[in-house]
Amino acid sequence: MPNASASSPEVEWARRLLEGDATAFTPFVESFQHRIFQYTWLMCGQREDAEEVAQDTLLKVFESFDQLQDPSRVKAWVFRIAKNYCLMKRRKSVFAPDREYSLDELLPGSEESARTIQVADSGALPEEQVLRAELASHLEEALAELPELYRSVVLLRDVEGLSTSEAAEVLDIKEDAVKQRLHRGRLALRKSLARYTPAGTGEASR
Amino acid sequence: MTEHKHQHNQKDPACLEVFAKLSEYLDGELDRLECDHIEEHIADCPPCVEFLRGLKRCVETSREFEGQGNCPKMPPEMEEKLREAWQNALKRRENAH
Ligand SMILES: [Zn+2]
Repeated sequence: MPNASASSPEVEWARRLLEGDATAFTPFVESFQHRIFQYTWLMCGQREDAEEVAQDTLLKVFESFDQLQDPSRVKAWVFRIAKNYCLMKRRKSVFAPDREYSLDELLPGSEESARTIQVADSGALPEEQVLRAELASHLEEALAELPELYRSVVLLRDVEGLSTSEAAEVLDIKEDAVKQRLHRGRLALRKSLARYTPAGTGEASR
Repeated sequence: MTEHKHQHNQKDPACLEVFAKLSEYLDGELDRLECDHIEEHIADCPPCVEFLRGLKRCVETSREFEGQGNCPKMPPEMEEKLREAWQNALKRRENAH
């Protein structure tokens, strides 16, 4: 899906705004305000910063709206501006390189495997729905624990739904780097969330 | 399934190769050949199936994340400012054409 967000509502609203259609204004503002607020809060950890970054970004977006060349790239364009305001909120760069995870340390540990067996043997496997609700309730905490290097990519790709090429544009990195950080970020999230959900709920262990 | 087999398989080189590409597999970013390779392996490897399910569940949870509740409503004077900026940008755009 190289162009996953090309047909998203934001793209449609951006097109209409470029044509002067005022009915697209409120939905565009509300959607991006919420997205930027959420992204900034999870990146910077401060509610006040998140509110301010959302407003500053939208003002910058509209002040330079005549420079939006390609409405299908509107998400990348807006998030790039948001990322820069987000950076200014921090003395230390939130996008500074963290220690990188190796694939090996993201493998399921022996503890997890042992628990898997135990749970699988007990025969009391939770329903898929219950599992998902449990995961969702701990996701925010797990995201916050993720090193920023990975968090920014997981937020843009999975939470905000940007494509690989859009995320690469926002973060000024190559697409291969987006893919690698996304994979390691997801694996780290999985590992962290495995604390809350018994593993061994796949068909494999039934 | 025994504990021994489970742990052993996660360090199996064939599993590790699959393991490295699971995100691209889930995102539909692999070519047909690589997909076939992964699917062939997975068909015979319960620990990989289980791992893939867990990862997929995580990704789907992120996609549905609602998070921090609502961003406070934009103050009316700010919204007015945004509208003005948009109108001015449209004028500049028209004049440039
Ligand atoms: Zn395997």
